[in-house]
Amino acid sequence: MSNAKELRASGATPLVEMKDISISFGGIKAVDHVSVDLYPGEVVGLLGHNGAGKSTLIKILSGAYQMDTGEIRVNGNKVEITNPRDARAHNIETIYQTLALADNLDAASNLFLGRELTTPFGLVDDSAMEAECRKIMHRLNPNFQKFSEPVSALSGGQRQSVAIARAVYFNAKILIMDEPTAALGPHETQMVAELIQQLKAQGIGIFLIDHDVNAVMELCDRASVMKNGQLVGTVDIDDVTDDDLLSMIILGKRPGVAAA
Amino acid sequence: MSTQQSYEAAAAGSPQETAEFDQGHQSFIQKFQHLLHVTPSLVPLIVLVLSVIVFGLLLGSKFFSPFALTLILQQVGIVGIVACAQSLVILTAGIDLSVGAIMVLSSVVMGQFTFRYGLPPEIAVVCGLICGTFCGFINGWLVARMKLPPFIVTLGMWQIVLATNFLYSANETIRSQTIAAEAPLLQLFGEKIKLGGAVFTYGVIFMVLLVILLAYVLRHTAWGRHVYAVGDDPDAAELSGVKVNRVLISVYMLSGLICAFAGWAMIGRIGSVSPTSGQLANIESITAVVIGGISLFGGRGSILGTFFGALIVGVFTLGLRLLGADAQWTYLLIGLLIIAAVAVDQWIRKVSV
Repeated sequence: MSNAKELRASGATPLVEMKDISISFGGIKAVDHVSVDLYPGEVVGLLGHNGAGKSTLIKILSGAYQMDTGEIRVNGNKVEITNPRDARAHNIETIYQTLALADNLDAASNLFLGRELTTPFGLVDDSAMEAECRKIMHRLNPNFQKFSEPVSALSGGQRQSVAIARAVYFNAKILIMDEPTAALGPHETQMVAELIQQLKAQGIGIFLIDHDVNAVMELCDRASVMKNGQLVGTVDIDDVTDDDLLSMIILGKRPGVAAA
Repeated sequence: MSTQQSYEAAAAGSPQETAEFDQGHQSFIQKFQHLLHVTPSLVPLIVLVLSVIVFGLLLGSKFFSPFALTLILQQVGIVGIVACAQSLVILTAGIDLSVGAIMVLSSVVMGQFTFRYGLPPEIAVVCGLICGTFCGFINGWLVARMKLPPFIVTLGMWQIVLATNFLYSANETIRSQTIAAEAPLLQLFGEKIKLGGAVFTYGVIFMVLLVILLAYVLRHTAWGRHVYAVGDDPDAAELSGVKVNRVLISVYMLSGLICAFAGWAMIGRIGSVSPTSGQLANIESITAVVIGGISLFGGRGSILGTFFGALIVGVFTLGLRLLGADAQWTYLLIGLLIIAAVAVDQWIRKVSV
């Protein structure tokens, strides 16, 4: 936790900066001049009610939506992200709330969807993909066995592991997790929490979107709170209580103590 | 998870015979259902084999001869090729109502370019293939870029292409003898190879090779995998990094190209170039696809299933004709098969989730 803090204090370049981002859908400003940033080894929570704009903001970073105005910098360089492939090219990986899995394909096919391993003849290399899939799934979820089933046959937690595996397998530098634990039981939630600590230690920056203030308090270094498409504020988790965060979410005002 | 565990604990604690019986019973249905799920062409294959056996028993050697069985292949040749095109589109959760029209227009282009403009038949054939591919491109572009529903796009294109076909050809048929004398290349797919009593046309061989090639490509290339992913959930596929629009456009273009080949094969089959031919190709291709177990909701099924589906229709048609039954019985039974096929599809989906 302190590493990221020191980095920030030392004036290092953030991993990602989203500056002054706006996007409208049919006259509704879903995101209204919002700026957030993320440093290596840091977890930044994005909090807010349903419809506050946090998922929309993050989908701009992952390439699912295109912003109307604003700019995105990765390692200080301005980047254009117009589709999910652009985001991946900048080592930005996303675990979507909907998981974005192809239900009729098996775990390995999903893991490598869009960037299949191929043989020298250009054919997909199923055995290599399954071997890699087994390796990473063993690390993430040792109980995972159903490698030959379509993912529609998996439980919520297992599907989640596939989605997480897909995000972490390809050497992500920036990881976006949109409510990663919403569909999970307590045990699996704990596994995700451990994974986040592990990834942090590797210097990966994580945006964590969550409803749960307690989860954010536990896992994040900073939290950015949104309401009605606008940024209420970004606070250091060490400086606030969960009540402070709640009041930011509900009232849309920064608490006195954290106003720095 | 916990419910499963308690179920297992309860099963272990229950009297041994009952538990075994339950498990065996359940695992058999589950195994069967799982088998159907991983091998979607199995149902049509079973139906095909059964129908061949039944008609073979009823008709004896009249049906069960190399000649009759290969005749079935010849009769389903054109539909089989078009159904391959239809399968690709339906796998992406679309539908192509313009396959028949594209097929006819392509064959007319091949014929007219040869005889009206005096082009060498090789070039005319290439122009016909390009014409089919281009029609497919329009379909694909409208579906992928303009986000129009495939049903509407191809319904419109069906009328447009068919009208173009009649306007361009002036409803004029090019006679078989003329083609045979001056441009036999156009009838290439009608060439026959005889092995004993069995008769294979080049068209039939092309169909079989096409099925094998497409089955292989769909199974073993990234493109094939993307076709299935797009058919299952285009949004998820896009977020996973699949170029959904490119996949869709390529599928419709390939469909158009295959239809153009079907048009070429049709010249071989009927001998002449006729703008009024192939009117039933739409319905027959969709029938073959559905009976072949490809889900109209996209993302599930195999091209082999389509092949079996086309053969089933051929077996019923020839078998009932040899039995001397009214042709309407064929349609009635095909209708039943279509509904049964979709019911089975729903059942597989239900059990698998």
